[in-house]
Amino acid sequence: MARVVVDVMLKPEILDPQGKAVHGAFGRLGFDGVADVRQGKRFEITLDGEATEEKVAEIRKAADTLLANPVIEDYTLHVEADQ
Amino acid sequence: MKIGVVTFPGSLDDVDARRAATVAGAEAVALWHGDADLHGVDAVVLPGGFSYGDYLRAGAISRFAPVMETIIKKAGEGLPVLGICNGFQVLCESHLLPGALIKNHHRKFICKDQPLRIENNRTAWTSDYDANHEITIVLKNQDGSYVADEATLDRLEGEGLVVARYLDENPNGSYRDIAGITNARGNVVGLMPHPEHCVETLTGPSTDGLGFFTSVLKAVVAS
Repeated sequence: MARVVVDVMLKPEILDPQGKAVHGAFGRLGFDGVADVRQGKRFEITLDGEATEEKVAEIRKAADTLLANPVIEDYTLHVEADQ
Repeated sequence: MKIGVVTFPGSLDDVDARRAATVAGAEAVALWHGDADLHGVDAVVLPGGFSYGDYLRAGAISRFAPVMETIIKKAGEGLPVLGICNGFQVLCESHLLPGALIKNHHRKFICKDQPLRIENNRTAWTSDYDANHEITIVLKNQDGSYVADEATLDRLEGEGLVVARYLDENPNGSYRDIAGITNARGNVVGLMPHPEHCVETLTGPSTDGLGFFTSVLKAVVAS
């Protein structure tokens, strides 16, 4: 069974309050030298069978319509090599 | 005159929205997310709450509910639709309205009485307000920060599609203090604050919210 990974990030120009909160915690915990933190989402999608071109195209469609909102988010998609 | 109010799993304000419709003189009809039939309603309210627990993004999963397929189609034909808070998020996710709503910039939940200015009183939901009418209604949200790219914001302003703007301090980081917008036809309105909580003096800071519901009664009669 193949796995497709979709990583979703807020577009750079969109404020990320969650990333800012994490960045604030870095400072309080003494992790210095961090200029910025942005938080995203990772989806690991396990397919029934092989990652054929057709199936990956379907997942790309799912990413476009559901997993990411193109108004505020960008995403990258890759097929993970078999373990 | 029937106003339908959709209940999604996790909707909170559906009962208040139905009550507001009744107070305004309409017959309130409960609509269910899993039922694509609108049961002959003349207008639809998508209420506030946390449908699907705001999983993925606020409104992102509700947008694909069977009832939304019908609402999206009918909205294109002129059906008046008001999305309040989570309903506004659903309308943006459905692409019935441009832009998106993200977490409040200060990362805290807000619950307060919020002054607003009604900047467009030509929509199906705001005709009972005067131009630039200032009202105070409840604002309570987590993902209330309205965002869109500069071109979209310029278009909204240029075409007069900003329905309501926050007065005093911007409560949630919304770009250009935008509290509510409409589509070009004026039948679809998204609003972050809650007019349905402000229709009776016993429980609200004002009755300023009632105008949204009385406006749509007139819009339906006129059409």
